[in-house]
Amino acid sequence: MIEFTFWDILRNLLLAARWTILLSLVSFVGGGLVGLLIMFMRVSRNRVLAGVARLYIEIFQGTPLLMQLFLSFFGLALLGMTVPAWLAAGLALILWSASFLAEIWRGCVEAIAKGQWEASASLGMGRLQQMAYVILPQALRIAVAPTVGFSVQVVKGTALTSIIGFVELTKAGTAVTNATFQPFLVYGLVAIIYFALCWPLSKSSQFLERKLNAAHHH
Amino acid sequence: MPLITIDGVKKRFGDNEVLKGIDFDIERGEVIAIIGKSGSGKSTLLRCINGLETIDEGAISVAGEHVLTSEAALRALRLKIGMIFQQFNLFPHLTAGRNVMLSQMVVRKTKADAAEAMARKMLDRVGLVHKFDAYPDELSGGQQQRVAIARALAMEPIGLLCDEITSALDPELVSEVLAVVKELAGEGMTLVMVTHEMRFARDVCSRVVFMHQGRVHEIGPPETVFANPATPELKQFLGML
Repeated sequence: MIEFTFWDILRNLLLAARWTILLSLVSFVGGGLVGLLIMFMRVSRNRVLAGVARLYIEIFQGTPLLMQLFLSFFGLALLGMTVPAWLAAGLALILWSASFLAEIWRGCVEAIAKGQWEASASLGMGRLQQMAYVILPQALRIAVAPTVGFSVQVVKGTALTSIIGFVELTKAGTAVTNATFQPFLVYGLVAIIYFALCWPLSKSSQFLERKLNAAHHH
Repeated sequence: MPLITIDGVKKRFGDNEVLKGIDFDIERGEVIAIIGKSGSGKSTLLRCINGLETIDEGAISVAGEHVLTSEAALRALRLKIGMIFQQFNLFPHLTAGRNVMLSQMVVRKTKADAAEAMARKMLDRVGLVHKFDAYPDELSGGQQQRVAIARALAMEPIGLLCDEITSALDPELVSEVLAVVKELAGEGMTLVMVTHEMRFARDVCSRVVFMHQGRVHEIGPPETVFANPATPELKQFLGML
């Protein structure tokens, strides 16, 4: 039987953690882009668009991420598309993140005083111009902290993709455990690596919240 | 032809009918004060004139065109009639100068240097050109309101709607804002003001509209309205009973 040193274990886990980081980034950025679109639809005065966005949010927030992963992995395969695990994982995480980011940002947009809408409207601006030049720049300030805070959820969400066979940190942990029979050590290290990824994010969220919520608006 | 015609306007919020049929015309260059108790519908009427509220019955037209609800029509209307608010509503993320420049550049597509020149001119007109680079939270209430006036003027409107523009100000700051408004009136700007400043209304306005329970209760030149109120409601409002 091959002996695994502590360094062997850690090295394998760290190599796999790169995929966790990459998947987190892709999901967060992709989710942000889709989420922005959904948010615009959600605050639109067009009832159909707003309704579609609300339905989207209800569905993706109201079902477990694991089911969404299964559906994108096995569901697309049933439709005759061969979906590699990384694609199914990325797709599901992007759509899932988008539903939460859209709601977070909608809250930020709606927190801007009604007078800002009225003043910009009375100067002749159209809805998109109001959004781009008056509302979003102010909403952005209050959105930063909760958005960074949500990124922690994305990082932890990537752990579920191990179940459809995507080899990231958790999946690597399982593989290493099977080879070493040291589950406590291996999963302990896995947990520490997740913590090392998430803790700076939640700390910076708290820091940004304090900094951006200070009295100055510029 | 009147600049603004208000014809049989009714407005309901749920079961509460706040405007019960308003008719009057405003000529170009007139300075109108709308007075009345809170809840009499005066702010709502003002907000209907530039389409911030929709009307349920009747019609309002500005410079011969009906106030419609489509976004394109509303934008065209709002270029003719500016509005100043009780809470100033400056954009807090922009400097005073940028506040005045923004809509020129976004709506009119004016180039930045031309918009800046206009902004300096308008801020100078309200006596605040030295505050061009100050953010709204660095300005007093009176200064913020004067920037808001400059911002509206930069769009070169035919008329301005003023919704209790001194009501949120400390007493010592009221006069600097009213001085600006008085100057505008002197230059022939059409002004429709909802106000509680009775002395100002008497000195500057060409006509006073007294609203009571969603109707125009009395209307006339300030001398008549203030010196000889015809109805007990106006007498009571003016503290004469």
